[in-house]
Amino acid sequence: MTSIITAHKLAKHYPGVIAVDGIDLSIPQGICFGLLGPNGAGKTTTIEILEGIHLPTSGTVTYKGEPLGTRYREEVGIQFQHTALQEFLTVRETLELFERLYHHTVPIPELIELCSLADILNRDTRKLSGGQRQRLLLALALINDPDLIFLDEPTTGLDPQARRNFWDLVKLVKSRNKTIVLTTHYMEEAYALCDEIAIMDKGRIVSQGTPAQLLSQHFGDVVLQIPRVDSGSQLAGLGLKVVDAGDMLEISTSQLHQTLQRLMENGVNLDRLRIRAWTLEDLFINVTGKTLRP
Amino acid sequence: MRKFLAVLHARNMEFLRDRSALVLNLAMPFLLVIGLAATFSGNNKELYKIGLVGGMEALTRVAPVLQATQHIKFVDYTDLKTAIDKVKHHQLDMLVDVSGTPKYWVNASSPNGYMLERIVWGTEGNLFQRQQVEGKEIRYVDWFLPGILGMNMMFSCLFGVGFVIVRYRKNGFLKRLKATPLGAFHFLFAQLISRLLLIMLITIVVYTGCNLFIEFNMQGSYWTLILVATLGSMCMISIGLLIAARTASEEFAGGILNAVTWPMMLLSGAWFSLEGTHNWVKQLAQIFPLTHMIDATRAIMSEGATLAQVMPQVWILSAMGAVFLLLGALVFKWE
Repeated sequence: MTSIITAHKLAKHYPGVIAVDGIDLSIPQGICFGLLGPNGAGKTTTIEILEGIHLPTSGTVTYKGEPLGTRYREEVGIQFQHTALQEFLTVRETLELFERLYHHTVPIPELIELCSLADILNRDTRKLSGGQRQRLLLALALINDPDLIFLDEPTTGLDPQARRNFWDLVKLVKSRNKTIVLTTHYMEEAYALCDEIAIMDKGRIVSQGTPAQLLSQHFGDVVLQIPRVDSGSQLAGLGLKVVDAGDMLEISTSQLHQTLQRLMENGVNLDRLRIRAWTLEDLFINVTGKTLRP
Repeated sequence: MRKFLAVLHARNMEFLRDRSALVLNLAMPFLLVIGLAATFSGNNKELYKIGLVGGMEALTRVAPVLQATQHIKFVDYTDLKTAIDKVKHHQLDMLVDVSGTPKYWVNASSPNGYMLERIVWGTEGNLFQRQQVEGKEIRYVDWFLPGILGMNMMFSCLFGVGFVIVRYRKNGFLKRLKATPLGAFHFLFAQLISRLLLIMLITIVVYTGCNLFIEFNMQGSYWTLILVATLGSMCMISIGLLIAARTASEEFAGGILNAVTWPMMLLSGAWFSLEGTHNWVKQLAQIFPLTHMIDATRAIMSEGATLAQVMPQVWILSAMGAVFLLLGALVFKWE
């Protein structure tokens, strides 16, 4: 698949801090690419270099094979993590303001319908709810009919309904063959939306692939959860891969039948056994660690 | 042009819909002009002001009793014509020339001049030759009006533009604009023109409104007056843009804006004339655009100065405005 944006040996250094440490990245056209990582991992710095907002200390970024330039500004759509809008303007006026900043644009009525803005068109942008505001910001990111769209933590702070509503919107945008680069702290969001993900830590990409590939690389097929009080000391010496998860002990296995048999043979109480699949959150903790970051 | 007009329109809407700021911008100069007019409408000055050509030493020698009379302030002049003009406009109560044959000039319609004339006769007899001039009085309100309007324009231009841009930078709006094809010059120029249009509109409304009650003395051309006000405003907006070109701290920007506005307010002749102050103070005042704007405005309104006569100020304001705008655009950062 053709790459729409490519980063080569990307690095960003601040005094005493290496925010991005020699990243190579190639994002194919038409997919939703998730960039995940703990706070301070360097993902916002990376994404802002890819957006052309900041210059890298070293390394290159190319869009459709060309260095970032005027064309890029016309063809890229960006929704920042934190942004403000011109005050005292309505939703419609804000759309019109941004529409006039580009040469090629999507008709505003189309955006209004796509992002469900019809009911709030004449509302002051300062009086929007979190979900309405994010829908407007997405509409602004789409106003120039971009081929590449950056969404930097777009659902942070939204309630579950508004978040799922936003996911539907992102899926709709993706279905129009747009490339989306998404950063998020919500693993279920990345799992629901992303075709490919990269997990960053300490300025580097520590894991990259499709969610299914990454899960199968790092874990067995399923995880068995047994309350610590039920397992006693019987688990020791069984040769199973046991992970401490607070009140629960988790056993990762790709041979469910055999594992269950061994547990029963060794007298482990399975009355409150739970079986679940591994998630991206497990993967995230696994590759970045549990230690609280400063 | 399309991008520029879009940003210009958005900024205008933002300003006009911010009712509290708009009312404050309109009300403040109204209140200042009317309040000061009421306070200083009477001829309640305690001092008589006499222009002096020839120096204090000569006056002490020629007319020692007059020189020693209390409640008279002598202001030195080297240019006789300038001093005579001041008597014509009641800015001086009398002019005394002791450089040759002692003479005095007095305005026939000046009550203070009438009183001083009696003092001169009483103290020095017929020592001085009497010269009479004619001219309409420039009331204090006519004198301070350009200062009040100029000062209001200065605050609106500097704080209105400076703080707005710092706020845009701090809340991330500038970063959002940076992600679009909008160039820095388009953005800054739109801010400049938006503020200029609004401040000129407000100034015209305030002038017209106050004029209904006070009937200002306007000897010159309104077009020349508008040209000077426009150039002065552009110059001060450009200073605001320069100050706000990089910082994201409202506290820092506020400090710098205060450091610029206070000396301008005190030394540009907005509140009081710099006549009689040290020469270095007058020289220092020349670095402020407000000084040139107020000088030109007073000359147009009080003395009927033509465009040709205020061309020095027009050039200075144009040059200062261009330099500050260019510097602001060069050092501007979106973040």
